[in-house]
Amino acid sequence: MTAAVTIRIQTADFDVAQEIAALTNSRTDIGAVVTFSGICRGGQGGDATTALTLEHYPGMAEAEIARHAEEAMTRWPLTGVTIVHRVGRIVPGENIMVVLTASAHRQAAFQAAEFLMDYLKAHAPFWKREETADGTGWIAAKTDDDEAAARWDKD
Amino acid sequence: MKVLYFAWVRERIGKAEETIEPPVAVRTVGDLIGWLTTRGDEYAYAFEAPKVIRAAIDHTHVRPDTAIAGAREIAFFPPMTGG
Repeated sequence: MTAAVTIRIQTADFDVAQEIAALTNSRTDIGAVVTFSGICRGGQGGDATTALTLEHYPGMAEAEIARHAEEAMTRWPLTGVTIVHRVGRIVPGENIMVVLTASAHRQAAFQAAEFLMDYLKAHAPFWKREETADGTGWIAAKTDDDEAAARWDKD
Repeated sequence: MKVLYFAWVRERIGKAEETIEPPVAVRTVGDLIGWLTTRGDEYAYAFEAPKVIRAAIDHTHVRPDTAIAGAREIAFFPPMTGG
């Protein structure tokens, strides 16, 4: 069977278990599914996040995610990839995004999930605006994210 | 050509998109940032640190030395913070 690729950008929340079921449904060639869930983190004190609002570049965000999913497929023997990323206002405890990678064996699924997350953090056009008790502001990019993505670059 | 702005670039300029006709001497993405900067204080503020600004032409990431000839849509935005 061919690999299944599902990419969605949506305001609505999603159910990780349902996404896994959709990826593995009626297939018997999958031995491993790795899930990365990104969840909105709160905290204590005036600088703790009370909500995030995610903005994206419609059209480019989908294209950039699809490009990286295709790249992952060429690097690892994957049977499926699902990437769902929410936009709009999200409060602590809610899902922000999920990456699922399916393969016959765990190593490909683990590596592909990490590759996809490192690349999406650095290259997919999404921006987070944070609300705290002290005020609101755009979250600054971490240079660590660029370095994490660069370690997958081929010479 | 159509120009799009996102996140704090959009907020500083005060608009999400516009159609512009830069002079022919504006050949690259970097040239375009320089030209936009001359259009008003809000542009100068948005592009005050041009090295921080990321750009895309027709949904593909590009560098400051990329030529803009033939571009339908150019977007300017801060470093990305999704995931």
